[in-house]
Amino acid sequence: MRDQIKRGHYSYALIISTALLAMLPLYVHVSGDDFYLDLANRLMILAIAATSLNLILGHGGMISFGHAAYLGIGAYSVGIPAYYEIHNGLFQLLVAITVSGLFALLTGAVCLRTKGVYFIMITMAFTQMAFFGIVSIEEYGGDDGLVIDTRSTFGNFFNLEDTVTLYYFVFVSLLTSLYIVKRIMNSRFGMVIAGSKSNERRMQSIGYNTYRYKLVCYVLSGCLCGYAGALLGNFTNFISPEMMDWTASGELIFMVLLGGTGTLLGPLWGAATFVLLEEWLSGITTYWHFFFGALLIIVVLFVRGGIDGLLKRIRLTK
Amino acid sequence: MFKKFLLLASAGLMAIGPAVAAEKVKIGFVTTITTPAGVIGKDMVDAVNLAMEDIGGKMAGLDVELIVEDDGFKPAIGKQKTDKLVKQDKVQFVTGFIWSHVLLASQKSALGAGKFLISSNAGPSQMAGKLCHKNFFSTSWQNDQTPMAMGEVLNLNNVKSLYVMAPNYAAGKNMVAGVTRTFKGKIVGKDLTKWGKDAQLDFSAELAKAKASGAEGIFVFYPGKAGGAFIKQYAQAGLQGKIPLYSVFTVDSIALPKLQKANMNGVMGSVMTQFWAPDLDTPQNKKFVSGFKKKYGRYPSFYAAQSYDTIFLIKSAVEAVKGDLSNKDGMRAAMEKANFPSVRGKFSYGNNHFPIQNFYSREVVKDPDGVWTTSVREVVLKNHQDTYAKDCSM
Amino acid sequence: MDWVLIITQLLNGLQLGLLLFLLASGLTLVFGIMDFVNLAHGALYMIGAYFCATLTEFTGSFLWGLLIAVPVTAAAGALLEISIIQRLYSKDHLDHVLATFGLILCFDTAVHFLWGPEGKAIPLPTFLDGRVTILPGIEFPTFRLSIILTGLLLAFVLYFIITHTKMGMLIRAGASNRQMVSAHGIDIKSLFTVVFAVGAAMAGFAGMMISPITEASIGMGNEIIIVAFVVIIIGGIGSIKGAFLAAILVGLIDTMGRSFLDTLLKLILSAENAETAAPALSAMAIYILMAAILAVRPQGLFPPKGR
Repeated sequence: MRDQIKRGHYSYALIISTALLAMLPLYVHVSGDDFYLDLANRLMILAIAATSLNLILGHGGMISFGHAAYLGIGAYSVGIPAYYEIHNGLFQLLVAITVSGLFALLTGAVCLRTKGVYFIMITMAFTQMAFFGIVSIEEYGGDDGLVIDTRSTFGNFFNLEDTVTLYYFVFVSLLTSLYIVKRIMNSRFGMVIAGSKSNERRMQSIGYNTYRYKLVCYVLSGCLCGYAGALLGNFTNFISPEMMDWTASGELIFMVLLGGTGTLLGPLWGAATFVLLEEWLSGITTYWHFFFGALLIIVVLFVRGGIDGLLKRIRLTK
Repeated sequence: MFKKFLLLASAGLMAIGPAVAAEKVKIGFVTTITTPAGVIGKDMVDAVNLAMEDIGGKMAGLDVELIVEDDGFKPAIGKQKTDKLVKQDKVQFVTGFIWSHVLLASQKSALGAGKFLISSNAGPSQMAGKLCHKNFFSTSWQNDQTPMAMGEVLNLNNVKSLYVMAPNYAAGKNMVAGVTRTFKGKIVGKDLTKWGKDAQLDFSAELAKAKASGAEGIFVFYPGKAGGAFIKQYAQAGLQGKIPLYSVFTVDSIALPKLQKANMNGVMGSVMTQFWAPDLDTPQNKKFVSGFKKKYGRYPSFYAAQSYDTIFLIKSAVEAVKGDLSNKDGMRAAMEKANFPSVRGKFSYGNNHFPIQNFYSREVVKDPDGVWTTSVREVVLKNHQDTYAKDCSM
Repeated sequence: MDWVLIITQLLNGLQLGLLLFLLASGLTLVFGIMDFVNLAHGALYMIGAYFCATLTEFTGSFLWGLLIAVPVTAAAGALLEISIIQRLYSKDHLDHVLATFGLILCFDTAVHFLWGPEGKAIPLPTFLDGRVTILPGIEFPTFRLSIILTGLLLAFVLYFIITHTKMGMLIRAGASNRQMVSAHGIDIKSLFTVVFAVGAAMAGFAGMMISPITEASIGMGNEIIIVAFVVIIIGGIGSIKGAFLAAILVGLIDTMGRSFLDTLLKLILSAENAETAAPALSAMAIYILMAAILAVRPQGLFPPKGR
């Protein structure tokens, strides 16, 4: 019974938000408010990144405080080829996914040896290394960042220069990644990951090498976030080491937690709330960070299960 | 295919769309309000507000609307805010920009949308050369020019060896390049320190190196609050009187009140170069400085002076086309003439739309009320054009 | 090699290390005993500095400002613990990170609102503002030397308290096994408040000692808190000895990197690239150190016993 409601609630919310997002360019074209398209673009890209973080944090219980590294790696995978006038999108995306995966594999192999707060801090340390690594390379702008003059092109089929094309590309990417994550979580692999979150020792005692499973999950999450980073680089036309700042990792965690950890659509709600709140509050007052911070504390203290949990409770009480 | 559909759908809806609002001159101003660098942004916004009062809030009979945005000292945010100004607020002019890296990140958003972009401070070499654009103007200087003037001052003072320190970002690198270009002696050491919102402010290791290098002078560029911190540590480390300080954009009306409060007498008489000073003798400058002091009770900084000029440059353009804001060619031609009362006096624009202007040496003095300020000494570079203008294809 | 330069830089590194220790000691205690991840520890460092700046202005003397600001910061810490932090102990680390991240935003904005964006300078009395000759030919700023001396003194006092007093015994016991301490009827709640307040005072004191050099400014704690975390992770959470050694190590590595790395890099890179790469690489060095230590010892150098 409960499951049925849950499924109903998911498809319901999914259909509405999908339809709304799909129609947005039409509205923007009429009203001329191009700005909302930008806002939605940022929202969806961050939703993909948050979804990737949720894969390890929510489903796997691995609290990465360094996920912004993959956003940066993905963005530089577009920026650096573009700097050498290579605009082939397939190539750029492939580089983004491969390099992110490799970075996740190398760092994950070390990080996953640790537990709890040590894990939080060592993931942050690796991101700081990536941050300072990029800063130290003068050729690609160092601290100043790099302007991406031309966005990715996909042969003669299409390119992302046009905002509406980029929008639909991101939109389809978001739907695809949600689908992939759902498939992963429902697979045997996903069960092992979820199992090792709730009781790692039990999973080990029934014969699973949880370390290896977790590492694969960590790498998958890195690849997906790297992909989001490549989209982000295309969207902002400008990349800088700032994207890998530890506060950026903190914001990703916030999105996941706000939306609801370990749920499919939670990261989407979280990213949407984050982006819209930021836009709305910063328009009202210079001191908006205060209210933003207060909200974080309130969410932690009072909102159990995030927005997704809230939505579910509303559905269940009806 | 999809676009056609959009066009058809919207054509129907357009007919009932909202009427065009009454025309206004809209000016977006991107600067830093939060973070410690917010003190610079405050000075700029104060100056722009003063200018708005002085022109009665109108240009060629049109109302002027000013929209200030905070870049948070981050290039990515600066770009985001520029996008917002262009797409949501639909401004005709995007202005402000303290930081070179923020300007570089944001320029495409404004220029690509066909807007005028006017830098009220940042002058990165790229914008003067390769990336120069017909709709980009500067009311300040190209980054290299002021340190080039300083290089000449060093030569005149017969300094043979120099230790160089600057923050590690676009402008810092330009400043180092500038002084290196004109200074004839030997550069015995160089440090580029971390910049941005977590900028390095403790210079113990660098000052120890400078001291050990035995240089005859130390050249620094530390804008905003880093300037005060640097000068204090320079004195504490015992370099004062041993290695004279030659600075650009470091000792200004933002740092001086604090230095005076902290009784850092050593800064008195220290030399810097600049295109402007509060006591520069032009009618517009007198009006500006006295108006600013009256309204805010302090000396304006050069950031404020450039921001004040920005409004008058725009006013000259709007008036030249009699308020027809669609006449971009007309406005551009008007701005190219630099036909407005500038605080620095008459100057002209080069092919890359950077000012061709004088650079003076300035000195820290006490004004009649005992307040520390800077005063013009002499012209170091006369009608100077930046070195990157030749790389600009305009 | 230039011995004067090397010794000066060692002293500079020691000074930075002791400053980090002041910050890290409170962090490691709070972390070790209450199992609480406090990112907002850096905010206490900042408000300590602002309190001191205002009080120095008010009393006209840095020493009086310091003397009053330390208990005021401790009180602010206690207030924070009672009003918000207490409610967070029962949550998990993820919640801690998030809520204290929110606290940082609140504190930074509140300081912006109360004191303005420009930061506050703290003028030093003349006897601290000069230099002393430590060895023939080696002069060192008096104030930096006083940071070293007070830092060492506080480290010693803290070590004494922890190893030789009843409270220290409770703290050590709490770091190894919290449930056992409360099971013995100890009022763990007020012990937590006291430890948090002491940690706040130490962090605030660190902020007060650095501000005459760099000025008190918004967000001054945000960068250094990450380094402080690196210190306590390397040292082993909950260990004062580990925090002390790791802090000195990190301080020395950072300062030595900033001083000599560019010279070394010039051997393999072009001068221009070396100058840009050196500061970034020296900042990176401490994170490499941390990852390397954790790879070999997943609980840091001196993990508390019984864990």
